[in-house]
Amino acid sequence: MSARPAGLPRWVDVGLIPACNVALALGVAGLIVLAIGESPWRAIRIMVTGALGQGEAIGYTLYYATNYVFTGLAVAVAFHAGLFNIGGEGQAYIGGLGVGLAMLALDRLLPGWLLAPIGLALAALFGAAWAAIPAWLQAYRGSHIVITTIMFNFLAAALIVYLMVNVLIAPGSMAAESREFAPAARLPMMHEVLGMVGIKVGHTPLNLSIVIAVAAGIGVWLFLWHTPLGYELRAVGHSERAAVYAGIRSRRVVVASLCLSGALAGLAGLNEILGVHHRLFLNFVAGAGFTGIAVALMGRNHPIGVGLAALLFGALQQGGAELAFEIPSITREMVVVIQGLVILFSGALAYWLRPSFERLFARGSG
Amino acid sequence: MAALAAEPPAGIVPPAVSLIGIDKRFGAVHANRAVDLTIARGSIAGIVGENGAGKSTLMSILYGFYAADAGEIRIRGRPVSIRNSSDAIALGIGMVHQHFMLVDTFTVLENVMLGAEGGAVLAAGLRAGRATLERLERDYGLGVDPDALVGDLPVGAQQRVEILKALYRGAEILILDEPTGVLTPAETEQLFRILRTLKARGTTVILITHKLREIMAVTDRVVVMRAGAVVAERDTAATTIEELAELMVGRKVRLDFAIAPCRPGPVLLKAEHLRVRDGRGVVRLDEVSFELRAGEIVGVAGVSGNGQTELLEVLSGIRPLESGRLTVGDRVVTAEAPADPAAMRALGLAHVPEDRHRLGLVTAFAATESSVLGYQRDPAYVRGPFSDQPAMSRHCAGVMERYDVRPRDPKLRSAGFSGGNQQKLILGRELNREPKILLAGQPTRGLDIGAIEFVHRRLIERRDAGCAVLLVSVELEEILSLSDRILVMCGGRIAGQLDRAEADERKIGLLMAGAQGTAQAA
Repeated sequence: MSARPAGLPRWVDVGLIPACNVALALGVAGLIVLAIGESPWRAIRIMVTGALGQGEAIGYTLYYATNYVFTGLAVAVAFHAGLFNIGGEGQAYIGGLGVGLAMLALDRLLPGWLLAPIGLALAALFGAAWAAIPAWLQAYRGSHIVITTIMFNFLAAALIVYLMVNVLIAPGSMAAESREFAPAARLPMMHEVLGMVGIKVGHTPLNLSIVIAVAAGIGVWLFLWHTPLGYELRAVGHSERAAVYAGIRSRRVVVASLCLSGALAGLAGLNEILGVHHRLFLNFVAGAGFTGIAVALMGRNHPIGVGLAALLFGALQQGGAELAFEIPSITREMVVVIQGLVILFSGALAYWLRPSFERLFARGSG
Repeated sequence: MAALAAEPPAGIVPPAVSLIGIDKRFGAVHANRAVDLTIARGSIAGIVGENGAGKSTLMSILYGFYAADAGEIRIRGRPVSIRNSSDAIALGIGMVHQHFMLVDTFTVLENVMLGAEGGAVLAAGLRAGRATLERLERDYGLGVDPDALVGDLPVGAQQRVEILKALYRGAEILILDEPTGVLTPAETEQLFRILRTLKARGTTVILITHKLREIMAVTDRVVVMRAGAVVAERDTAATTIEELAELMVGRKVRLDFAIAPCRPGPVLLKAEHLRVRDGRGVVRLDEVSFELRAGEIVGVAGVSGNGQTELLEVLSGIRPLESGRLTVGDRVVTAEAPADPAAMRALGLAHVPEDRHRLGLVTAFAATESSVLGYQRDPAYVRGPFSDQPAMSRHCAGVMERYDVRPRDPKLRSAGFSGGNQQKLILGRELNREPKILLAGQPTRGLDIGAIEFVHRRLIERRDAGCAVLLVSVELEEILSLSDRILVMCGGRIAGQLDRAEADERKIGLLMAGAQGTAQAA
């Protein structure tokens, strides 16, 4: 009775169609580049080599991708519980604050091997705590999560500006920055780690956070599809009434899933503060929280998809920076336009090509 | 009409609809196999078949939702091509869907005109629309107030609005897809009167259903489909329910199987003065008291919406009590000491919910996952901190085998199963643990006759094994054939209790109507 659609092979659905979407986005971007009088071919060559050309480029791409994995996973986890967490930006910001506060307090007292796990725990804890308030409001007061998490982004920004300017600013500094942490308080850089095992790579901001990101992806996958709580989270997300029928306490699940989401976003703060900059300053999240929404959307809220989408957005970020540097008439804003096109084609228009492919494959098999 | 009639051979009135060699596949599913079908003008034709037999697909092709892979459609003898529902409407085909397509916050008039407003200025269209509605009302006597809000109307009246919509658009061929699934017996009778009027005025009616009694009551001719093909056509007067059931299922079906006498045991569930309000403060259950004993089936009869849903929700722990006492085993549930569904399950209570799509399973989950819904933390399916996927799959495969769930694919999404197979999966899940108490809400709603027989046998089997079964159903036949005792609900109260021996349709109907009468007077 129910009409089942012809169905597409899985590789078309998760491989070919997204690839075509990205190609279309780059095609339109090429037209724009052409319109401002530059060669699209040269632009794309600069972007690709800038993002993936040599070791350093790849290092930067992976460094950006690390943030996007964390924020993308954050959005994906909440999405599976039927919640749209727009607050990754603020949660990452507060997560970074947690790391910073801990390091400023403890960096001269404890050894590095203890500081790193403390930083990890506090990034997650602060991120989770920042998400917990909107989560509680959603679960017990019915305040819509989209509204509250957006507002909490602003609250996070205001809070950190206040703390940086009035409390945490380094004595005698003109910029709103904290003092630099003691040398013990930092995550190992990947070029150092790889250097120890005899692999020489260029110096980049890429640090051990990427290993944590990969572990987080595997952990999220295990959690969602292989634990009873993950099962309950997805049940709440798909059908709250069925969840109630099943005896699942959906309010608790809502709070738990948003706290987990916030914790994941908070880890992006770890990457920036303990991994790269080793001090607190303003706006270190730089939009990664928002990009995470696009990453999750494009990655279909699956950890593998999120990883691949994070790589793409990392490459766009890094390649775009190179592009703006090499061709002055292509400004940073142009790069944002290109990213926007990718989001448009692979997010908003993700299913645009689907009917065409369905017809194509229906004809091929029929 | 006269102009069209010139084209086919003279002297013969061409059939309203002819389908010739209609063939349709969805991927691997062969939904319609070379279907040939003719429906005479001004007749009521029934199409029967089990779920998945291809009835709805065939009608969807006629109404332009799908294109047939092969075959020809002729309307009034003329070959036509129907690419979408606008084509169908232009050819005078109207369809009343199983799930109504109405805007609750619009009036009847606004709903009927939706999509046929006739110009940018609404006032003129509304005036013309009102005149047309008045004419239709005179001709067919549907008894619907054009200015009533659709959301305020009872289900039966909403269905009449759907029929009005089709007539307003000039339908001469009216397709009704499972029209009586949501109607009370009285509403069903009213619908049939309307269908007879339509027929008398020359409209051709096609009725898709799997309720054979209705086919016998109202149709002139009946077409039986099985596995996508037409297996038989009969004049209704020359066939019987038994013959049609056998043709549909492909084997002999008996719903009147012998039931051993009931041997009631100890009281397992005791409800005393249950009272419940809904979110808007309306009292939905009041003074509900009864006992449920081991080894008996207690049927709850009543017109849908008289508190049966709330009763099931309270007993299963979904909805808290406002006052009253519910005793299950040694556990006492009150407003102060509520129990959630997990707690009730732990007491050995299983619940086959009325709304299997939204409560009984998570349609997006694989069958394996839906097969443990409610038991996802049971030690059998958990190993350390993780779910035990192999154990879940084994369990699901076992349920599918024992309860004949088709296709036997534990990885298939729950939404991909037909209604009957979803129900078997839920029934299997709930009965697998041999519960002490079983709440069964409309367990056979929307199922075909073969599946109904299966479900009934399982319920009896449980009863004979000492389970206390509470059966809530709007099908009086079902209540009468399975129950050892019958409670009749109306207006949130128990209007009466009958023993199996003394119960009949008339007595139950009177008790049900007590509430209905007051509802209509209000």
